[in-house]
Amino acid sequence: MKNHVLRPLIVVIGIVTVILLARMVYVPKDFGVHERGYMYGWYRKGNEEDWKKFKVKYMGAEYCKDCHADKYDSIKGTPHKNIQCENCHGPANDSASDHYSDQRPKLTIDKSRAPCLRCHFPLAYPTSGRSKIRGIDPEKHNPDIECSTCHNPHNPMEGLR
Amino acid sequence: MISRRNFLKKTALGLAGAALPLAALELVDPGKLFAQVAAEKTAVRWVFLVDTLKCVGCGLCVSACKLENEIPYDANVTRTWVERYVLTKKGKLYADTPKGARDGYASTKIELGHGEFQDVKAGEIEKAFFVPKLCNQCENPPCVQVCPVGATYQAPDGVVLVDRTWCIGCGYCIMGCPYGVRFFHPVYHTAEKCNFCYHRITKGMKPACVQACPFGARQLGNIKDPNDPVTKIIRTQRVGVLKSEYGTKPQVYYIGLDEEVR
Repeated sequence: MKNHVLRPLIVVIGIVTVILLARMVYVPKDFGVHERGYMYGWYRKGNEEDWKKFKVKYMGAEYCKDCHADKYDSIKGTPHKNIQCENCHGPANDSASDHYSDQRPKLTIDKSRAPCLRCHFPLAYPTSGRSKIRGIDPEKHNPDIECSTCHNPHNPMEGLR
Repeated sequence: MISRRNFLKKTALGLAGAALPLAALELVDPGKLFAQVAAEKTAVRWVFLVDTLKCVGCGLCVSACKLENEIPYDANVTRTWVERYVLTKKGKLYADTPKGARDGYASTKIELGHGEFQDVKAGEIEKAFFVPKLCNQCENPPCVQVCPVGATYQAPDGVVLVDRTWCIGCGYCIMGCPYGVRFFHPVYHTAEKCNFCYHRITKGMKPACVQACPFGARQLGNIKDPNDPVTKIIRTQRVGVLKSEYGTKPQVYYIGLDEEVR
């Protein structure tokens, strides 16, 4: 072969070799075709574990039960029974406030009218369950005070405070 | 010396032998087959069931999802959202989802976009309802097919995940999803999507949105388990899926799906 063909060919082979070597180092060992085949299952297997290790923040009402039995029990007999504690009190295991750690910081409670209005703003939608929930007009019904001043969110049926 | 006849005969025989695949000689092993069937029985395929008849548009699922999955709370992106559909008696359709319904719907005014709102009086409404949306974890996910680097994939249990360390942020998957569930994560700058709270469901917990919903409008199930209550509903009741014409085989089933819902 002539020199002017051979020289660039060596350069190209060199580049390809470098790329292949870099690929061997850079691409993780568990990267490849997995259960769902090449079309849907070409990935790094270890990423599944990465996602499984993601931090759980919402622990559920059962988690609150042991320390806050009074609140847990009082809400259970009311129309609010299906509302999770953390929906208003915030996630128990948040990165900002690990409520169950030794320090036990207080959770920040949203006491504004907004969480109540999520359901209790009246929307007369005939084909939705929303129209069956009792609502108030927030502009006319004591607009300047928090709902919890008069109503007990843990037992809304007990009457006004 | 080998004769011509003999040579041709032996060559034909040899070719025939070579053409026979080794697999054809393998006998069916009942033990192996049984193990395969058993493995199939214990396998998991996560599906989701949304009962739109129960949804009241409180948006607690959306706020729980954003906090659980570390999606910046005030950024206008979310893994799940709730849409409001209002159909008037004159046949006009309005649909909105302000901030993905993160704060619920505390107004009768419907967002039209560009800062405009339309107030529809109760008397004008023919139908109005709420529809929660999330990733459909399609059996044939187009978002996975278009990924050029193998950063998004379908896990063996059917959930489509994104590898944040491998995503190059090209955005093909965001374009490819017919349901518009994907977006760029404002912090990681990689493709982001609902994964049924993979970190929770693999520990036996419910997804954050399912747990947060006070009305039982959202449920997670394993379609490969015939005794799963969600599987029973999907198999015995009238359920629909979104955009089935795309052939993506979405695995989020809806009860009470209206034709206006896209």
